[in-house]
Amino acid sequence: MRFDTPATTNPIDQLKVVGKPTDRIDGRHKTSGTAHYAYERHDVVPDQAYGFVLGAAIAKGQVAAMHLEEAKTAPGVVAIVTTLDMPRLERGMMNAAYLFGGPVIQHYHQAIAVVVAETFEQARAAAYLIRVDYEPEAGKFDLAAEAPNAPLVGDDSGEGSSGPPEVRVGDFEGAFAAAEIKLDESYTTPDESHAMMEPHATIAAWDGDQLTLWTSNQMIAWGKRSIAKILGIPAQKVRLDSPYIGGGFGAKLFIRADAVLAALGAKAAQRPVKLALARPLIANNTTHRPATMQRIRIGANPDGIITAIAHESTSGNLADGKPETAVSQTRLLYAGANRLMAMRLAPLDLPEGNAMRAPGEAPGMMVLEVAIDEMAEKLGLDPVQFRILNDTQIDPENPDRRFSHRDLVGCLRLGAERFGWDQRNPQPTQVRDGHWLVGMGVAAGFRNNLLTKSAARVRLDREGVVTVETDMTDIGTGSYTIIAQTAAEMMGVALDKVVVRLGDSSFPASAGSGGQWGANNATAGVYAACVKLREAVVQQLGFNSADAVFSGGDVRSGNRSVLLADAASAGDLVAEDLIEYGNLAKTHQQSTFAAHFVEVGVDAATGEVRVRRMLAVCAAGRILNPKSARSQVIGAMTMGVGAALMEELAVDKRRGFFVNHDLAGYEVPVHADIPHQDVIFLDEVDPMSSPMKAKGVAELGICGVGAAVANAVYHATGIRVRDYPITLDKLIDRLPEAV
Amino acid sequence: MRSFTYERANTPGEAAAAVARTPGARFIAGGTNLLDLMKLQIETPTHLVDVNGLKLDTIEPAPEGGLRIGALVRNTDLAADERVRRDYAVLSRALLAGASGQLRNRATTAGNLLQRTRCPYFYDTAQPCNKRQPGSGCSALDGVSRQLGIVGVSDACIATNPSDMAVAMRVLDATVETVKPGGVSRTIPIAEFHRLPGDTPHVETALEAGELIIAVTLPPPLGGRQIYRKVRDRASYAFALVSVAAVIHQDGTGRVALGGVAHKPWRIEAAEADLPRGPKVVTEQLLADAKPTHDNAFKRPLVERTLGAVISQARN
Ligand SMILES: Cc1cc2nc3c(=O)[nH]c(=O)nc-3n(C[C@H](O)[C@H](O)[C@H](O)COP(=O)(O)OP(=O)(O)OC[C@H]3O[C@@H](n4cnc5c(N)ncnc54)[C@H](O)[C@@H]3O)c2cc1C
Ligand code: SF4
Repeated sequence: MRFDTPATTNPIDQLKVVGKPTDRIDGRHKTSGTAHYAYERHDVVPDQAYGFVLGAAIAKGQVAAMHLEEAKTAPGVVAIVTTLDMPRLERGMMNAAYLFGGPVIQHYHQAIAVVVAETFEQARAAAYLIRVDYEPEAGKFDLAAEAPNAPLVGDDSGEGSSGPPEVRVGDFEGAFAAAEIKLDESYTTPDESHAMMEPHATIAAWDGDQLTLWTSNQMIAWGKRSIAKILGIPAQKVRLDSPYIGGGFGAKLFIRADAVLAALGAKAAQRPVKLALARPLIANNTTHRPATMQRIRIGANPDGIITAIAHESTSGNLADGKPETAVSQTRLLYAGANRLMAMRLAPLDLPEGNAMRAPGEAPGMMVLEVAIDEMAEKLGLDPVQFRILNDTQIDPENPDRRFSHRDLVGCLRLGAERFGWDQRNPQPTQVRDGHWLVGMGVAAGFRNNLLTKSAARVRLDREGVVTVETDMTDIGTGSYTIIAQTAAEMMGVALDKVVVRLGDSSFPASAGSGGQWGANNATAGVYAACVKLREAVVQQLGFNSADAVFSGGDVRSGNRSVLLADAASAGDLVAEDLIEYGNLAKTHQQSTFAAHFVEVGVDAATGEVRVRRMLAVCAAGRILNPKSARSQVIGAMTMGVGAALMEELAVDKRRGFFVNHDLAGYEVPVHADIPHQDVIFLDEVDPMSSPMKAKGVAELGICGVGAAVANAVYHATGIRVRDYPITLDKLIDRLPEAV
Repeated sequence: MRSFTYERANTPGEAAAAVARTPGARFIAGGTNLLDLMKLQIETPTHLVDVNGLKLDTIEPAPEGGLRIGALVRNTDLAADERVRRDYAVLSRALLAGASGQLRNRATTAGNLLQRTRCPYFYDTAQPCNKRQPGSGCSALDGVSRQLGIVGVSDACIATNPSDMAVAMRVLDATVETVKPGGVSRTIPIAEFHRLPGDTPHVETALEAGELIIAVTLPPPLGGRQIYRKVRDRASYAFALVSVAAVIHQDGTGRVALGGVAHKPWRIEAAEADLPRGPKVVTEQLLADAKPTHDNAFKRPLVERTLGAVISQARN
């Protein structure tokens, strides 16, 4: 199905199932331990051996020699594959780091061997017996030191945010110089780790030249192509299966060392191999959100109209890596005739920087929305009002291009009302509650909506059960449920008459989970397949297709009504289709919007920041399942609190690695950090997005949250921290005199 | 993890003898620290002597009027004990500020006293660390050291002792009761139990090889307001950046010990006379010899401010 004109009325608009807060259909399996994650799939293939991955102990240089004698004779060892056994392997899609093969070490904890043994403990113990001789080389590990020489580089995040090396509209320098009110500030955001609960894990089995990977991966079709490329085998010879994923946040968009080394280990061992990356390996072996150094300049007239805006960002990465696209949202969020955006990329020898939830947008919005708060203060304007004043309904770089639907103003107004923003004293440092300094902050949330083709197959059987198959993934988001809701709505059956099967590369290729594009595109693909299945049903039953109504397990036309199941009495009816898109995303800017409101308390003595209240108001088209959408947003808000207050991979700038590479050292919020969270979705549809009229929410939810926290900290303390996260050491010297 | 042999001991003397007998042997109690370190091969015992069956899991009144806490009493049980909550609230609060409910259910009194540092380089066997591998150097000195010590540090090591419980025991002046492999028992004042790093940061306590902790004794109740204030980056489940254990009386006199700043719970009795004069003078004495790094210099003002908050809380 080609979607190239705005959606009109269709069966989804009935909203009998879609749009209703619905429990996850896979929830029962998850809570009862019967949803098996990659490492737990003991039954998919017999005789599984265990693999353990050894990481490099240097950040840059060469492996000169590896001494395996002791490891080979250790108890239980079946096979050892080292990086010196083969030339450097190809890279998969969208990855900068080479995962295995050859002596060259690009970054700390790069995989250099896999040990396969009868038990996990034996594999691990043997891996520690491998002695490695290195020839280390000096590397570049300090972004601040390299930034001055970083060239302008444009690129996209692979998840929708992008920018050329430099964008100029009007005359930024002239307008900024002439502006009466100006802001020129610099900010930094740290390297961050996805820190998802389930580590990267894979079971690999070869059957002749046919490889099956039971793995944990967000993007099955990419994964299939990538593993084939890395191993140099035809893609048709590979099957990936990933029905349950314990979080990804972008870490599992790609094929990484777990899959490659499980496959190589299984080949060498001549039996299936199961392995997971050990937690202390993940921060340095895999990808992370790269640190940024950003500068923002804003000029405005005294009425608060922005006349000039510039956002520049520098990040680092391995050679062939991308810049963090932190300026992308500033291109679109606020009006202003004179504009400058620029991205610079410094070569670094730290592990690979790549997509993490809202890549580019999250650190970019963190900084932009603090700068906007600072500017509002300079102008003596309420920060909500200042944002409303500079709202735009057109793409500021391209005035002919309108937003398909944009209600940021609605989010801000409703949020302000619900949060009690009018109670906020415009002066910082005025509110105290016992030993807490209390402040409120606001920020806009803004993330684009991506359209990407997505296919599905649907089957009706004689019991009236509708089975959906697509390689779409559910990374904890609720894909199973919204897909079931879509099929139920389209075929006029109850939810319990729908079976959803996901994550298998033998199913039609979907949009996958990334860039908050999963929900809208994957359900639109299911919609397309269901349209075809409806046609097949109608034909089978001899109905006139135009007026057939699918409802309550029946198909009705005129005064004739037949059981839907009857259409399959002579055999299953199967239909397959995909949604693909025309030009609507080019002619119109599709985005999602939010207003984030946060109240914090800052301990007057210690500077500890604790969030007291949070509210997000989101405008993201039709909300397919308000229950799972809310979960997405509160999860993202929590992650935003982490970014604002604690998450930071600490770089050892001499040795070139992230030091706090486990979950004791890399702190993310715990339950005690997160207070009551409210989420409100504006009741809206976007007919330009797809027949579902829906957009994504999962990354919208994190964009801007951190800035709202930072703005609240400023409001509480009068201290503007511009290097994130805001830990107490950055406040302590500037807090009011101790009591 | 290296392979090891395992046995269960039935009496303290037997346990101590078993460890003394086998080179590389260690006691194991709750295992919440030792097993983690074994998985990473930071600790590689050849033999484990399980002390969980020694029946050292009761809290009894001590003859001098205090409480005698068996070495195997779980952190959860100790924190919940009515006598501890009433008379030694600082200890109960310190315990509850540590780890998580699950870990406290398992962690023992002796194991908690002996838990090892959380210096990130200590945890990465690819990095030099004098504590893990004597003579290899200290990666933290000019590395990432935000969590690490500022006082009592040496050129060989700037690690901190991460225990919350031990800070409270130090302010209460507990004593540690042990039995040596030969069957001889002794008591070690908590002040002398943990050592400063000096040139031998791998030697962390006064215990001799095979010496088994059998109890920790608290002196008779001290009264006063008892406060444990743990400062950290998130609200729970994190080690202290700085912590303050305090016993403060109506007249403003009292005692104070610090966590998160040194290789041992940090207390200087002489400084306590100045408690009524407020946090500044006391902190000046407590941290007189401080040698913070660039990363952890904030701990000095943090100590002073936290102590100030504790004193004012105690007097309100
Ligand atoms: C994720 C995590 C978070 C944590 N957070 C905190 C925190 O915030 N604050 C805090 O204070 N602690 C924290 N801890 C540490 C926890 O308190 C310790 O792991 C626990 O107290 C150790 O007790 P155990 O009985 O399990 O010791 P084990 O691991 O069994 O033993 C530890 C050491 O003590 C020795 N030992 C045990 N019993 C005896 C004995 N009777 N005589 C002589 N030697 C003995 C062992 O040989 C070993 O060397 C945390 C731990 C974890 C894993
Ligand atoms: S501070 Fe101590 S524990 Fe940390 S690296 Fe240095 S010697 Fe090792």
